[in-house]
Amino acid sequence: MNFKHWNTKIDFVKHRKKFFIASTSFILVGIILLMTVGLNLGIDFRSGTTIDILADEPVTEEEVMSEFEAVGYIPDDLTLAGDANEIGRAQFIGDLDQAETLEIQDHFAEVYGNVPTVSTVTPIVGEELARNAVISVLIASFGIILYVTFRFELLYGISAIVALFHDALLILIVFSILQMEVNIPFIAAVLTIVGYSINDTIVTFDRIRENMSYEKKIKGFEDVARVVNKSLIQTLARSINTVLTVVFAAGALLIFGGEGLRTFSLALVVGLVAGTYSSLFIAAQVFLELKTRQIKKLEEKRIKELQEQEEQAQKAETTSP
Amino acid sequence: MKKRRGVKKGHIAAFFAMIIALSILIAATVMDHVDDIRLGLDLQGGFEVLYEVEPYDEGTEITRDLLTDTVSALNARVDVLGVSEPSITIEGDNRIRVQLAGIDDQAAARELLSTEARLSFRDTEDELLMDGSDLVEGGARQSFEQDTNRPIVEVTIDDPGKFSDITSDISQRQPPENIMAIWLDYEEEDNYYDEIAKEDSKIVSAPRVPRPLSQSNIIQITGDFTVDSASELAGILNAGALPVSLDEVYSNSVGASLGERAMELAVFAGYIGVALIFGYMLMYYRFMGLIAVLTLSLYTYVVLVVFDWMNAVLTLPGIAALILGVGMAVDANIITFERIKDEMRSGKSVMSAFKAGSRRSLSTILDANITTILAASVLFYFGTSAVQGFALMLIVSILTSFLTAVLGARLFLGLWVNSRILNGKQKLFGVKEGEISEL
Repeated sequence: MNFKHWNTKIDFVKHRKKFFIASTSFILVGIILLMTVGLNLGIDFRSGTTIDILADEPVTEEEVMSEFEAVGYIPDDLTLAGDANEIGRAQFIGDLDQAETLEIQDHFAEVYGNVPTVSTVTPIVGEELARNAVISVLIASFGIILYVTFRFELLYGISAIVALFHDALLILIVFSILQMEVNIPFIAAVLTIVGYSINDTIVTFDRIRENMSYEKKIKGFEDVARVVNKSLIQTLARSINTVLTVVFAAGALLIFGGEGLRTFSLALVVGLVAGTYSSLFIAAQVFLELKTRQIKKLEEKRIKELQEQEEQAQKAETTSP
Repeated sequence: MKKRRGVKKGHIAAFFAMIIALSILIAATVMDHVDDIRLGLDLQGGFEVLYEVEPYDEGTEITRDLLTDTVSALNARVDVLGVSEPSITIEGDNRIRVQLAGIDDQAAARELLSTEARLSFRDTEDELLMDGSDLVEGGARQSFEQDTNRPIVEVTIDDPGKFSDITSDISQRQPPENIMAIWLDYEEEDNYYDEIAKEDSKIVSAPRVPRPLSQSNIIQITGDFTVDSASELAGILNAGALPVSLDEVYSNSVGASLGERAMELAVFAGYIGVALIFGYMLMYYRFMGLIAVLTLSLYTYVVLVVFDWMNAVLTLPGIAALILGVGMAVDANIITFERIKDEMRSGKSVMSAFKAGSRRSLSTILDANITTILAASVLFYFGTSAVQGFALMLIVSILTSFLTAVLGARLFLGLWVNSRILNGKQKLFGVKEGEISEL
């Protein structure tokens, strides 16, 4: 692939409204979905019990399920694991009490000759982890705004954070739609995307800032739009090449990495694509809008001041003899 | 008029010398480091329990010291199990996380960990006669009964006089009440008659005391012991009683074969991913791509060495951080290379394009990396276990990628560029002649 960016005439800026509308409506639909359908929270995030049943021979889901029915407990989820499907993993949402787990354990010990492993999670732990992750991301966002304001200016920081939340939310929404299990590795994936999103956005912003400094005078929308567009085109090859290479790695994990990494690598691939999209079409364009508004305000203020000065001058003229 | 100055062969020789030296170093040591890296539970199997620590008495406060004492007691117990490299960490104000990788008998390990190991000697009325504080610290050992040769546990008592008084008192009682029950983890609601009937009793042994014992300060605890279980109990007793009680709030276990499979697949996927990245970089950036391949290999090696040094545990989230690190390293290369190509297109010579491109890309890379490190540090500071592990790996990856992809690439590419052998060969950088505008 060769992106002839030095003579490309793509107009990113022209279509920004469409991207805003697309992202906003996707996010609105997503939020509705999140609130109604919700996420398929794994055992890490809800109170529950996982029972691993080890049989000496391969088993089928039907077999294990009928054994559960025989004791009178229906697991909320049942999967098979092990090299030859000799492990059945049943998940119960909500705590089973001691007597209930004992009954199940005894039954399976009798049937398969092995005492099942039972692990229990209180919801506090998973909730704490998720809450901590959310709080950390919020604090990190604040830190990023501070740093970017110090190195660049406030508007860049705000735009970068908008893109960051856009990307994080997008993964949540995709997972809500696909109803894939949300577990601890998923949190790691979201955090990875947060890191990537910031990194990607900052690289684009760096070029915008550089090109801004070459401009003699930024008067209004037209000037900012030109600079933003030019910068996006200049960094386009880099944006695409970088995301491609990272997607190679994440995609390989998704395809070949096995069941344990599936949730995680899918979240990565979705997030990486979203991260690149948002750097080009959301972050830079939000910055353009904000910057234009800022310039307008400054301009109005300047005009107002000029008018006041004039008025004062006139006043002075009329009062003086 | 272009005057071509002579090629500095020394630079190129230096480049090859460095590459050869690094290859030898990497080939010779990489497997050692890889083997030394500890794998998390999710990758090698094992189990993890999160305990909430509660004081015995309502009044006692859980202090940092108390938690540290508990951790060292737990460590001593894990030693009894013979688990290599356990991870026992304090979390928050009142939690302790125990991670034991690659352990077979999880049930036994769990029992061993959470047993409070409070030894007490009681009569049949459950009156306390003597407890752990009357024993000599570290004085427990596994031994054999003289007559029957059965495994037993011997404990040493502090004050033979006190023991003599107790046993003379017990021996005067009517059978079957002349018994001194030896309890492990006695609790208020327990009683002798119920417990002795249980199969898995908290009463380790209940010797009859027909006459006062005063000959020695060593007590033999007989029971249904095997050599292993007797030395395990001796081990626990020597490790000391836990100063607090432990409540399981979370537990997770991964079967060894499941973990191993996850690891193998992840490694295979990693190879494919890296091969694709290398292929793409070579195709797109030509000669610079080759430099990128070299620095990425170096990056991977350095990250492994640092992980090994830090004694870090590699988990699935850790792999996430590694991938992001590879991404950052590739990104740093791409940013630099794109800049250099831009400069070449604007008509600069190879040498000055390299200089200007490297200089201009540096601040971009710095800003992007510092922002990400900032985010990672916050995650590390405020996060818990899994999040923290991820953040730490991320910081290491970013620092390493900066070192190899920025400094390493500059050094390697610089040697070639400054040797002047590449002068006028923009094609090698993936820049076609038609793209170069006249200055």
